[in-house]
Amino acid sequence: MDENKLTLDLVEEWFVENAKEAILGGGGGGGGGGGEGEELSISGIAAYQPSHGLMQLKVAVAGFMSQIMENAVSFDPSLMLLTAGANPAIEMLSFCLADSGNAFLVPTPYYPGFDRDVKWRAGVEIIPVPCRSADNFSLSIAALDRGFNQAKKRGLKVRGILISNPSNPVGNLLNRETLYSLLDFAREKNIHIVSNEIFAGSTHGSEEFVSMAELIDSNYLDRDRVHIVYDLSKDLSLSGFRVGVIYSFNNNVLAAAKKLTRFSSVSAPSQHLLVSLLSDTEFVQKSIKNNRVRLQKMYVAFVAGLKQLGIECAKSNGGFSCWADMSELINSYSVKGELELWDKLLNTAKLNVTPGSCCHCIEPGWFQFFFANLTERDIPVVMNRILKIISCRIILPKQFVIDTGEGWAS
Amino acid sequence: MAIENELPSVVLSKVAVSETHGEDSPYFAGWKAYDENPYDESSNPSGVIQMGLAENQVSFDMLEDYLGQHSEASIWGKGSPGFRENALFQDYHGLKSFRQAMAGFMEQIRGGRAKFDPDRLVLTAGATAANELLTFILANPGDALLVPTPYYPGFDRDLRWRTGAKIVPVHTESSNNFQVTTQALEDAYERAVAMNINVRGVLLTNPSNPLGATIQRSVLEDILDFSTRKNIHLVSDEIYSGSTFYSSEFTSIAEILEARGYKDSERVHIVYSLSKDLGLPGFRVGTIYSYNDKVVTTARRMSSFTLISSQTQHLLASMLSDKKFTESYIKTNRERLRKRYEMIIQGLRNAGIECSKGNAGLFCWMNLSPLLETRTREGEVALWKSILHEVKLNISPGSSCHCSEPGWFRVCFANMSEETLEVALKRIHNFMEQRKTPSV
Repeated sequence: MDENKLTLDLVEEWFVENAKEAILGGGGGGGGGGGEGEELSISGIAAYQPSHGLMQLKVAVAGFMSQIMENAVSFDPSLMLLTAGANPAIEMLSFCLADSGNAFLVPTPYYPGFDRDVKWRAGVEIIPVPCRSADNFSLSIAALDRGFNQAKKRGLKVRGILISNPSNPVGNLLNRETLYSLLDFAREKNIHIVSNEIFAGSTHGSEEFVSMAELIDSNYLDRDRVHIVYDLSKDLSLSGFRVGVIYSFNNNVLAAAKKLTRFSSVSAPSQHLLVSLLSDTEFVQKSIKNNRVRLQKMYVAFVAGLKQLGIECAKSNGGFSCWADMSELINSYSVKGELELWDKLLNTAKLNVTPGSCCHCIEPGWFQFFFANLTERDIPVVMNRILKIISCRIILPKQFVIDTGEGWAS
Repeated sequence: MAIENELPSVVLSKVAVSETHGEDSPYFAGWKAYDENPYDESSNPSGVIQMGLAENQVSFDMLEDYLGQHSEASIWGKGSPGFRENALFQDYHGLKSFRQAMAGFMEQIRGGRAKFDPDRLVLTAGATAANELLTFILANPGDALLVPTPYYPGFDRDLRWRTGAKIVPVHTESSNNFQVTTQALEDAYERAVAMNINVRGVLLTNPSNPLGATIQRSVLEDILDFSTRKNIHLVSDEIYSGSTFYSSEFTSIAEILEARGYKDSERVHIVYSLSKDLGLPGFRVGTIYSYNDKVVTTARRMSSFTLISSQTQHLLASMLSDKKFTESYIKTNRERLRKRYEMIIQGLRNAGIECSKGNAGLFCWMNLSPLLETRTREGEVALWKSILHEVKLNISPGSSCHCSEPGWFRVCFANMSEETLEVALKRIHNFMEQRKTPSV
């Protein structure tokens, strides 16, 4: 359930006050002869549009992205393509940067959807690059290098690295030094970097978020190999609207991906609504700030709740979830043990959590708990349900546990 | 910078650099000429008139009226909690209310002669995505679809580019009004076999683009029988079904299946969209209707790459479930398209130009073969260029539609006002007059 409901009320308020005008234009039905009035009228939004997105919206999104990254970098709308969500963006880049049968290096644990986005139709293999709890699942260049060599031994040609920053499911931020090392590595191997930055606006805590775009700004040499993916819906609680972004400095990639956007365009009325929404600077600022504040609050409360149950989480600085270590609570230190616990969490406690094995985590027992679609009042309820599941496990020997389907009879 | 020159530039995929996107054909080049010098009644009366874009603008006013009167309901969907559902919903099943509305609309268009189950509808961001998605599902890279010519130039991209599938053309001739014959299907199939290519299905457009004509019931029966004999799929792209001038003249493959008691229907899949019949291409609303459970399930999963915005689904669910509105819209739209068609046919006839018999769509199929210097593709392209640059009309040459006979052109008539169409007809008239007078 990776939805962000934390600022839904703010967005809803905006819509109630502004949306009708935004979609139909003032005065309704293309009254004024002026350009803007026409664009917002039905004939303006109904007609064929450039498949890669309205320039107006790109300008607005570029500004928004810059804002959420604390203005550390400015985005050029002409290097941007809009897609119906972030997963077609990842798929399109997979088609453009690699041939079927080639591979991407992807640090684990990673977002389970990548298996679909990268492998399914584009036929690109994923070489997992394991990260470990010992160093809070940080990415090491040595591990990347090992992955690269392993691929070579298997006869697989590595065409790029796909990183997520903030990472999902862990929520790590990649620091400047690591990003520079990544660039060096990519240059040395002559491969691409896809930086999935869809949670950039959902950072919390004190660490600084650094976008790949910031490094490339001052670095002319590596421009062609860096491509950024963003998702407007994550930071604005608007997942239903489906607006993803491909941002690339490589003109050839832009040209090819631009043609692919025909298969995955954003609906025009949605684009027009978003142009209005994003140009309301006061609203945008309020929304960004609130999003962070609320995420921080929920993260802290949720982690504290889990800690009380004896469950530690990896240190996270972004995203909608926390990455919890339940390895002490599984029957056997294996994927099987993990999935047994997951089954209880899902079917007995009725908590929709993601088991680490779906994210290709090499250490069993880690789980991804989403908190951004909850309120603070829900936390004790969740913790209670988890407690019931695990107390059956810890306190009583197996033969005394009766599974009545409610999980806590004994 | 010397260092930069030494570094090998980072390479792109074969898909990225291939020409299979097909966007270098005259079909798309004409649009470029239009983009650079677009006609405007007042500000640019000598600009290029766009007759290469199959867009329906004749019924905008009805949509405008509807949305103006129902704006709140349209934006959120009837009743709250409209906003929250709108904002967060991203399930690839699509809104049930929208699927029901679409199924109902498709039934209305077919005069109730076919029934559609909303749970068999898969939503995609446009028919372009629907056709590509189906191809991914029905064919492996290197496999082929049989497609009757002339066909929509976009298929070269939509069916082949990322999928790696091939198109084997099924040739048709003007002598029988470009209808598909079983013989032509068999010939195409044999050609594929001879090239060691696996044929996975037939893809029809009914009503046809660019012919602007419905496929006769008996022909559809033959094509279905052929597909059954060869045990291959049949995709029926029916995006112009609501743009048939007389409702009774369109037979959907769904009707034939119903008449056959849905026997052996798992090979049939229908593509539909609101871009043509409702004139809403910007909304990006397409759908796949499949009689095959596995295809429905897989297509649904794959549609995660091409979802329709929830807000759009809500808006349209409201509108399409308003039966009074849709009934009136469909009827009026057909009448207006028919009138336009008659206007252009008469205008062309007055200029001495004949068209093939048409009864649907947003375009007519014009025969300029008598004007060709040479009855070749080159001759046709030369004629096309002079029409584009001298007459300033962007029309689509038959070669970009893979027509087997040179000299045919697709001319769109619904994407402009009546006045602009008059201007275009006048230009054509003058062009033909000039050709009659012997050059000095």
